[in-house]
Amino acid sequence: MLSRLVMRFTAIAFLLLMLVVPLALVGYLAFEDGAGPVWDAATSPAALSALRLTLIIAVIAVPLNAVFGIIAALLLTRPRLPGRTLLSVVIDLPLALSPVVVGLALVLVWSRNGWFGQWAIDQGVQVIFATPGMVMATIVVSLPFVVRELVPVLKELGTEQQQAAATLGASPPQIFWRIVLPAIRHGLAYGVVLTTARALGEYGAVAVVSGKIAGRTETLTLHVEERFQAFDLVAAYTASIMLAILAVITVAVMRLLNRGEH
Amino acid sequence: MSILATGVTKNFGAYTALDDVSIEIPGGSLTALLGPSGSGKSTLLRVIAGLETPDVGRVEIDGTDVTGVRPQDRGVGFVFQHYAAFKHMTVRGNVGFGLSVRRRPRAKIRERVDELLALVQLEGLGDRYPSQLSGGQRQRMALARALAVEPSVLLLDEPFGALDARVRAELRRWLRRLHEQVHVTTVLVTHDQEEAMEVADRIAVMDHARLQQVGTPKELYEEPTNPFVMGFVGAVNRLGESFVRPHDLELRQVPNGVTHAARVERVTHLGFEVRVELEQESGGALMAQLTRNEAEELGISEGDTVHVAPRRERVFAGGDGI
Repeated sequence: MLSRLVMRFTAIAFLLLMLVVPLALVGYLAFEDGAGPVWDAATSPAALSALRLTLIIAVIAVPLNAVFGIIAALLLTRPRLPGRTLLSVVIDLPLALSPVVVGLALVLVWSRNGWFGQWAIDQGVQVIFATPGMVMATIVVSLPFVVRELVPVLKELGTEQQQAAATLGASPPQIFWRIVLPAIRHGLAYGVVLTTARALGEYGAVAVVSGKIAGRTETLTLHVEERFQAFDLVAAYTASIMLAILAVITVAVMRLLNRGEH
Repeated sequence: MSILATGVTKNFGAYTALDDVSIEIPGGSLTALLGPSGSGKSTLLRVIAGLETPDVGRVEIDGTDVTGVRPQDRGVGFVFQHYAAFKHMTVRGNVGFGLSVRRRPRAKIRERVDELLALVQLEGLGDRYPSQLSGGQRQRMALARALAVEPSVLLLDEPFGALDARVRAELRRWLRRLHEQVHVTTVLVTHDQEEAMEVADRIAVMDHARLQQVGTPKELYEEPTNPFVMGFVGAVNRLGESFVRPHDLELRQVPNGVTHAARVERVTHLGFEVRVELEQESGGALMAQLTRNEAEELGISEGDTVHVAPRRERVFAGGDGI
């Protein structure tokens, strides 16, 4: 009984100290001079552009990673797949690799002197110091989350329901949409939340490929850092609050989608 | 519709699950594939369903070669030991699934599902989810689901294996009646010889990836072609070179020249039947089944010496292996 109280107290104290207090302080400091400066900071062209870019990147990166994650997880749970270990290791790599390295690698491949860089420019697409590169960086760093959520769910699901559906005449796409997807949707939703959170919050990899051009290639996280360095603390805190709101919305939407379950 | 498998071999890596198995299953019959676990019976069923592809051999359903045909297009109904219920769908959704993927009109599906729910005695439970059903109800739902698409053959893989003994006995009788109503060619995989004997009109005994014998329950019991089949479809004693059923052992107080002497180890009264465990003087345990009257007339008790002779026995050429 006592030990449970101690555990509970420790958990709450830890959360307060490490997360709640610092976040609350950010909010408090932002509003120190009232709501006016916060509103101005939030509606400044640089902040709005950063918000827009952050959302664009998330809206492209998250669905792509969700689709890739489902395919990769299906492959990884197939009983006889050659090269499965290798695939699994490669997918886990972004978890262990520093995001800065990811960004650097992308620069090496896609910059003007890189392998594909000149080719991309010939097609009229600038990758590095532009949105495509930032999307790529975000995709790479948030790649493992959906896969890692789905693999255990798919293992648990097994193959019998799919086989039963096949004997009942369902085609492979019908089996996927009507049997597999409904069965894995909780895991998928959670994976998407993690992916979104990572996509919204990514700093290192995006910083390297973006060139950090204010109002052009600045995401909200980059904007926070840039304003902070410029001693514009209210703007930095305001952008932080915007990020926090996006995070809360992400979690809330997923909670909502997952309601009404058995 | 008849099923014909010819020379089917299936390996999983170094493990041989089916070794040159050929079997014909007549249309309209209820055939049991009986064998211990690892004998290949489930693999054979899955090969018939198209869930496994044989390495060698062919499968015909109703005279058509289906060896390369996907399970979707074979017209089979398959029932799994652990139900394979679609957990996120209601009972109606499950039963109607096969019709729904065939894009039948909703009203038609509803009508057919109602019909099937009545057939498997699940009326009124259509809106429940599988998790709200008992094991026996889930398996009946799975049967209704398999029957919904009017399969030409119905394949049941240890369908009662996960259920408790009472429900199992009930479902067996129910399956037998269902088969008399629906008459679809049915293959039932089981490791339980009593289940096979009770439900099936034909039994195929398998062991070590090979088909051992096919016949009616009576044929298998009375004319087994090898010691394995004899031992698997009923209890058996080894008496010298011959194999004897426990109820075919005669116990006498006095020797008559052909009897073997044995000591009574234990007498168990099971109502009508009395079971006597014996130890032969030449070594080897025996089990005899007597009726209560026989036992009373004989008047034996534990520790006595009796003399044993077979009334009926079987000797197999090169016979060994129980």
